[in-house]
Amino acid sequence: MSNPVPGRTVPGWAPWGFALLALAIWEGLVRALGVPVFILPGPVAIIAAFLADPLGLAQALASTLAVTAAALAAAAALGTALAALMAASPWARAAIQPWAVVLQVTPIVAIAPLIIIWIDQPFASLVVCATIVAFFPVFSATAAGLAATPRDLRDLFALNGAGAWDELVLLRLPAALPFFLSGLRISGGLALVGAVVAEFVAGSGGFASGLAYRILEAGYRLQIPRMFAALVLLSLAGLAINAGLGWVERRALADR
Amino acid sequence: MAGPLLGLHGIARRFPGGVEALRGIDLAVQAGDFIALLGPSGCGKSTLLRLIAGLDRPDAGSITWHQAAPAPGEIGFVFQDATLLPWASAADNVWLPLRLRGIGREAARHDVAAALARVGLAGFEHARPAQLSGGMRMRVSLARALVGRPRLLLMDEPFAALDEFTRHGVQEDLLRLWTQIGCTVLFVTHSIYEAAFLARRIVLMSPRPGRISGEIANDLPPLPSSRTDPRHGELVARITAALRPALAA
Repeated sequence: MSNPVPGRTVPGWAPWGFALLALAIWEGLVRALGVPVFILPGPVAIIAAFLADPLGLAQALASTLAVTAAALAAAAALGTALAALMAASPWARAAIQPWAVVLQVTPIVAIAPLIIIWIDQPFASLVVCATIVAFFPVFSATAAGLAATPRDLRDLFALNGAGAWDELVLLRLPAALPFFLSGLRISGGLALVGAVVAEFVAGSGGFASGLAYRILEAGYRLQIPRMFAALVLLSLAGLAINAGLGWVERRALADR
Repeated sequence: MAGPLLGLHGIARRFPGGVEALRGIDLAVQAGDFIALLGPSGCGKSTLLRLIAGLDRPDAGSITWHQAAPAPGEIGFVFQDATLLPWASAADNVWLPLRLRGIGREAARHDVAAALARVGLAGFEHARPAQLSGGMRMRVSLARALVGRPRLLLMDEPFAALDEFTRHGVQEDLLRLWTQIGCTVLFVTHSIYEAAFLARRIVLMSPRPGRISGEIANDLPPLPSSRTDPRHGELVARITAALRPALAA
């Protein structure tokens, strides 16, 4: 039995070492068992597939990320606006809350075809779908943050004759910032998922340029290594979004 | 500016659910008073403070202001926690009450700096609350309450969360500020020592329902040296004896 010594830190390369080991085992097994690449390609084949067309895949990634960024911005703006409206008025709260939940529980794959038919412009239709997926976490976290403003501070504002607008801008919104940012981080990942799902549903009838479309296309052509390369890019994009928003969160709240 | 400031007449407050927080509260506050509302928890001290501040309404009785009713900002309030804005500097926190009355940062700069200097925090204008100790945060809170020159300063167990030594320091600061500024203070506490050291009038309250059970005057000079004066110990003993019936109930 060896317990970690207190104060001794785990080396930073530990996750990379583990990943390298896992990739080596994967490659070794694929080769040793003679698994054909159209069933399961090894890491080497996947990297080769990426290197065969790096520009095409990068362009597809950029297209998906554009949808993701637009959807995340829309979800953040819409979520904050509706949360602020709910904080300002119990009527608005009663009116909005149930519909927000309806939006959350509606499976996007079920309504995406309709949205794609209704909205002619492909980019806009993808953004709308991804926004619906990304909306709820940032909205509900911000609403919770706005509702959790300490009573003493609200009393202090009231004692000094603050109006509702002063209270919202000078107290409630800044107090809700940590909630908003942690909601935004979850919504960031969901915006990517939403963008990919929308591209899948749209298929060749849509924008036909995103990573999801490349995955579909590669699947039809049995280019399984290329399909995997696109998948890996998606995962990396998701990790980068999460890490980036985490960095923003730490920076924004550093001096609190 | 002596003379009556505020009168409470037959104040009662019952909360939804039937808890009777206050019953038949009568109190006359003179301008320049330093009054401690002293009693065990559940005797409605904080509720009374909120009623006087206008943050809550009594179910019966009335509150009479002998001069004009206070305008926004004329009541300073210090809460049990420092309740500072964590994203704002010490100076911006002290500026807040003035800002809410439409006074810009530049116009307020002198008053803000003076308020921070009065509580011994000159040079800490740019510090964030997270960078300050508990005692310093409470001092910022005190500076914020005093920056608008309030006619009445309401304090709700402000030093209860501080350690003994820090508490002595801020108590002495408060006493010095009170003698310098001469504003009226209503101070809620459950510490007999704190009430006996700070207040000139110690109003005793008893719980369930909260009511005033007596009042004891403090004739000792409002100076730090009074803390070690034997008469301070006698005053504490008198207050303790007067509170015993309420504790037995």
